[in-house]
Amino acid sequence: MTLSEGARAGTRKLEMLDSLLALGGLVLLRDSVEWEGRSLLKALVKKSALCGEQVHILGCEVSEEEFREGFDSDINNRLVYHDFFRDPLNWSKTGEALPGGPLGALRAMCKRTDLGPVTIALDSLSWLLLHLPCATLCQTLHAVSYQDSCPPGDGSPVGKVHVLGLLHEELHGPGPMGALSSLAQTEVTLGGTMGQASARILCRRPQQHPTDQTQWFSILPDFSLHLQEGPSKEFQPQSDPHIPLVDPMAHLTFNLHLSKKEREARDSLTLPFQFSSEKQEALLRPRPSQATSHIFYEPDAYDDLDQEDPDDDLDI
Amino acid sequence: MFPELNNLLNTTPDRAEQGKLTLLCDAKTDGSFLVHHFLSFYLKANCKVCFVALIQSFSHYNIVGQKLGVNLTMARERGQLVFLEGLKSAVDVFFQAQEKPHPLQFLREASAGNLKPLFEFVRDALKPVDSGAAGWTYPVLLVDDLSVLLSLGLGAVAVLDFIHYCRATLCWELKGNVVVLVHDSGDVEDEENDILLNGLSHQSHLILRAEGLATGFCRDVHGQLRILWRRPSQSTSQRDQSLTYQYKIQDRSVSFFAKGMSPAVL
Repeated sequence: MTLSEGARAGTRKLEMLDSLLALGGLVLLRDSVEWEGRSLLKALVKKSALCGEQVHILGCEVSEEEFREGFDSDINNRLVYHDFFRDPLNWSKTGEALPGGPLGALRAMCKRTDLGPVTIALDSLSWLLLHLPCATLCQTLHAVSYQDSCPPGDGSPVGKVHVLGLLHEELHGPGPMGALSSLAQTEVTLGGTMGQASARILCRRPQQHPTDQTQWFSILPDFSLHLQEGPSKEFQPQSDPHIPLVDPMAHLTFNLHLSKKEREARDSLTLPFQFSSEKQEALLRPRPSQATSHIFYEPDAYDDLDQEDPDDDLDI
Repeated sequence: MFPELNNLLNTTPDRAEQGKLTLLCDAKTDGSFLVHHFLSFYLKANCKVCFVALIQSFSHYNIVGQKLGVNLTMARERGQLVFLEGLKSAVDVFFQAQEKPHPLQFLREASAGNLKPLFEFVRDALKPVDSGAAGWTYPVLLVDDLSVLLSLGLGAVAVLDFIHYCRATLCWELKGNVVVLVHDSGDVEDEENDILLNGLSHQSHLILRAEGLATGFCRDVHGQLRILWRRPSQSTSQRDQSLTYQYKIQDRSVSFFAKGMSPAVL
């Protein structure tokens, strides 16, 4: 990598996570079984925590220990974890479960009193979508994400709210996916090829065209992001590198190529059934009398020449 | 258990990983040999096993288990194995009065039920006994299979919730393992089954997928096994690994070989 490319990569390194967190509002992280998205979610949570934001985690799918694993202690101290993994449906009836369930916790975040910037990570939005009616969830997400659009009366600035939602693509039909998509300011679809992960980032900035770019990346064990160039050009799927291109006309016993003269002769040839003006003239012009054609017949030695006319008995 | 499969999974009964959810699925073939493998594997690892067997009878698993070197009757008698025989006990829901809800209570309910009674049965079967005399290593839940619960009228979310609670209690709290089998409907469009399969795939640490060969039935190669390791606990830089092998099921063992390397064709 040249010096300029390295500098550009260095600035790009900050850009991807920054661009995802720049807009505020809902950021959808769409992952699949093959390309999981929790590590990107944790990378964004780490970035928000390092920026000094307050971070709330609604943990429904993995245990708190598993989510906090990999973060060092100063980041862990900034994370407020709402545990809905142990007993989300209140089956144990011990009274330890948080009242109102995940929806109650999400609604409580709408009524927060301190107005600094805050990041809410939903792990996962798929869990919420499977257990709550889609309309209720969308209304609550809208209320949480757009808090900063209604500032309080005293004119103090309201900090940005980032809602990061991890969504498992295969679990939901096009209706709910479309509804969440329309709510989201930024949509990241995870994919990849040849062992390298990629993120397709769709940003909807207000009063601007939506931007669509694909970024190749990998996530390091400490959940920092490392941008990559993408798989090298040789491995593009257009041409299969394992099958070398062979000229099929190389080892023939006959000649398929035409020389220049032969090509010219071929191009100037008139096809027999092509009705050109010359042909029309030739047919219309009366032919000069030619000698009548002769038929030369040599009877074979064993030929049986019958002088009798076989048509004699016909009465013509 | 099949020693060759242990080699492929890089595990033995002595040093198996704990706190993991293993998903077995089969598509266009019968993946029950994987269930027999894990049943005998965990019994040999001296684990306390709760087997929710909804498909076959106890004697069926016992006969196959004896070929693999475990005696289910003795394991049940000494308390190592808790066996819920779905086929027999489903009838008890209707004909026997019970004080507390039967594990398969959802069969009686007209509307969509949940699997809370079944979870409580599993939890009570596997929670560590205070006397501590038995000394089993860690608890294991085995379910054969989850797709039949969908056919019996439960929704995919109810089954996912049951597995969620099993994971929370067995994998996280008790550091045990959960192994479940789900059928992949494949071409037949079954939305509920797809939600169940994909939802479990996202939560699993190890996915073993037995598939029939794309070209059809073969005498020497019975199918193909795809192994996918997900969510490595140590470092996230290690990408999920995936391996594919073909297999042939014999009377007492299963032999695995790389694609195209069956002894029959070499």
